[in-house]
Amino acid sequence: MDLSMLWYLVPSVVMLACGVYGFVTRKNLIAILISLELILNSADLNFVVFNRYLFPDMMEGMVFTLFSIAIAAAETAVAIAIIINVYRAVGATDINIVNKMKH
Amino acid sequence: MGITLPILILAIPVAMFLILGIGGVFMSRKTAGVLGILGMGTTMTLAYIVAFTYFFSGSPEFIVEGVRQQVQLFDVTWLAFTQKLVVNIGFILDPISAMMLVVITTISFMVHLYSWGYMEHEPGFQRYYAFLSLFSFSMLGLVVATNIFQMYIFWELVGVSSYLLIGFFYKLPSAVSASKKAFIVTRFADLGFLIGILVLSYYSESFNFITLTHNPESVLMSTGGATFMGCSALTWAMVLIFVGGMGKSAMMPLHIWLPDAMEGPTPVSALIHAATMVVAGVYLVARMFPLYCVVDASLTFVTCVGAITAFYAAVVACTQLDIKRVLAFSTISQIAFMMVSLGVAYDRPIEGIHYTGLGYMAGMFHLFTHAMFKALLFLGAGALIHAVHSNNYTKMGGLRKYMPITHLTFLIGCLAIAGIWPFSGFFSKDEMLAAMFANHWFWGAWMTMVAGLTAFYMFRLYYLIFWWDENPEYAEHRPHDAPWQMSVPLIFLAAVSCVAGFIPFGELVTWNGEPYHIHIEGAVAATSLTVAVLAIALATVMYRKKNEWPARVKNMWPGLWTAAYHRFYWDEIYMFITHKIIFGGICRSIAWFDRHVIDGAMNGMAWITQKTSFAIRGMQSGQIQAYVLWYFLGALLLAAVTWLALI
Repeated sequence: MDLSMLWYLVPSVVMLACGVYGFVTRKNLIAILISLELILNSADLNFVVFNRYLFPDMMEGMVFTLFSIAIAAAETAVAIAIIINVYRAVGATDINIVNKMKH
Repeated sequence: MGITLPILILAIPVAMFLILGIGGVFMSRKTAGVLGILGMGTTMTLAYIVAFTYFFSGSPEFIVEGVRQQVQLFDVTWLAFTQKLVVNIGFILDPISAMMLVVITTISFMVHLYSWGYMEHEPGFQRYYAFLSLFSFSMLGLVVATNIFQMYIFWELVGVSSYLLIGFFYKLPSAVSASKKAFIVTRFADLGFLIGILVLSYYSESFNFITLTHNPESVLMSTGGATFMGCSALTWAMVLIFVGGMGKSAMMPLHIWLPDAMEGPTPVSALIHAATMVVAGVYLVARMFPLYCVVDASLTFVTCVGAITAFYAAVVACTQLDIKRVLAFSTISQIAFMMVSLGVAYDRPIEGIHYTGLGYMAGMFHLFTHAMFKALLFLGAGALIHAVHSNNYTKMGGLRKYMPITHLTFLIGCLAIAGIWPFSGFFSKDEMLAAMFANHWFWGAWMTMVAGLTAFYMFRLYYLIFWWDENPEYAEHRPHDAPWQMSVPLIFLAAVSCVAGFIPFGELVTWNGEPYHIHIEGAVAATSLTVAVLAIALATVMYRKKNEWPARVKNMWPGLWTAAYHRFYWDEIYMFITHKIIFGGICRSIAWFDRHVIDGAMNGMAWITQKTSFAIRGMQSGQIQAYVLWYFLGALLLAAVTWLALI
């Protein structure tokens, strides 16, 4: 049986919602990073799905997703490095303690 | 004639300027002085060759059937802004430019030589020679200009050189302010010149002098009857161009800079502020004379300005203490004389006689003779100042015994300017007066009176310097004649002033190139000679020996004397207008507007921004999740709005 687009898009929305919820509510920086990855991956999923269903002759969505994955990997590496440095400086990864960047 | 000589005439002075200006610091004074003098000497020789070839070779290039031609030796495109707006640089050779080449290079060479002695102990000797070369280059470029725009460029360049040389003693505040005054006043006048050029070339579509002056009627036609405030466009153009000439030639009311310009070294006054630069205005009118002829009103304007200035400057010269100031006012008066002479030379016969050539020729003749004897007088004044170390005649007196060469040459200069036969001034002044009488008896009578005043104040100066009463300070510091570098130019110029009157000037320089046969008009000559002799006699009675007469005359009209001594308060009027009206009234209100309205608006914007940021800065809490929440709420809001807008 052919799966319709909806079967892919609904999980994507759920992933996005989970990501946003996690991003806003979690107190640990690593958890926030993971939530961020969820948001990113839901966007990637959308790209691939739209490419596959709406423009099957083209490759842009796929290629773009590959780029996005690569960039996400690099971004995660940078984010982890920052978090490690923050931990070394502050001694915590709790977002309520790491709140010195303000007015 | 090829183009080598003309180019060299311009190139040598400018090369000297660069060499002495850049390399001067590495040279000894002697090297710099000799280089400057040699450069100018070469230029003078070349200019003489060019002028003599033009006047006497008889080559068909220069003279056709007895009529001297205007020749452009070269005329190359320099700046082509648009199809029509093209600025050329060239070299015109015609009677007046050839004459000016001779005048400028002669005086400049004499001043170069003289300065070697006069400036010997001054710091900045090399710089001084560099500036002199720059001035010579600019002035030569001005007189050989083939178009008004080139003339305007060099016109500004002579202004700059004049500024640099007046302010040569830049440590003296008076010299600095005098140089600024000279530059600002002449520059202000040049604004008129520029507008005049633009108006003229807008209608005629040409900058070239030959194109413009060979067919003045068509230029008048090309304005198509355009008028402004009741005068034709061409009249306005010519009057505005003349305003530039008024600034450079120190005509009233723009004369105020010239007396102050005497702060510069005396040889500079002789070169720039007596013989060459200040006659640029006369030269300008002469250069565009056919255009002035087709609009009578502008010539009348020239005449009136000249007549008023001549009288005013002569009266003021009678009361000044500073010998250089007397000479400065005398220069103003004499230049005004030339202006009147050009102004009365209408292009139409009067009572059957064609007098056009007369006024023009006489004005140019006087320009030539005046350059020689006024440079002589200034250089003489320099020698006096060198000996006495003061500009004031009260520090002089009885100098004839101590400085025989200076005395004799100065006397010759005074006789020449007073118009005594057979000195050069007599011939040129007589021709000018004849032209004025031919135009209207009033101009003739008025200017004869000015000529009488001239004789009076010059001999007042002469007697106060060389006779009167000896200054007791001579005992400790005995004045003596100047060194040879200074005496040679004095003697040379005195010799020229003795014989220049016999040059058949009418055969050489006329407005249309046709020879004009000079004949002395008996009645005019007798009148002017009588007036001059009477004035000299009066000066002799009053000033030869120390007596009570000058004080008595002064007390007879104390108000008039004080007013004349203060130059009829022109400087005060200018101070009032600039400081009280322009600075105090207009500028202050503009400054208020700038400070309160424009600055106020800007400061207000900054104030609002600052206050708003203070009010909302609590939102930057440092909690990233709060930001993200706000962001999502905003995104949702936008999405909602978009959705609402779409359905």
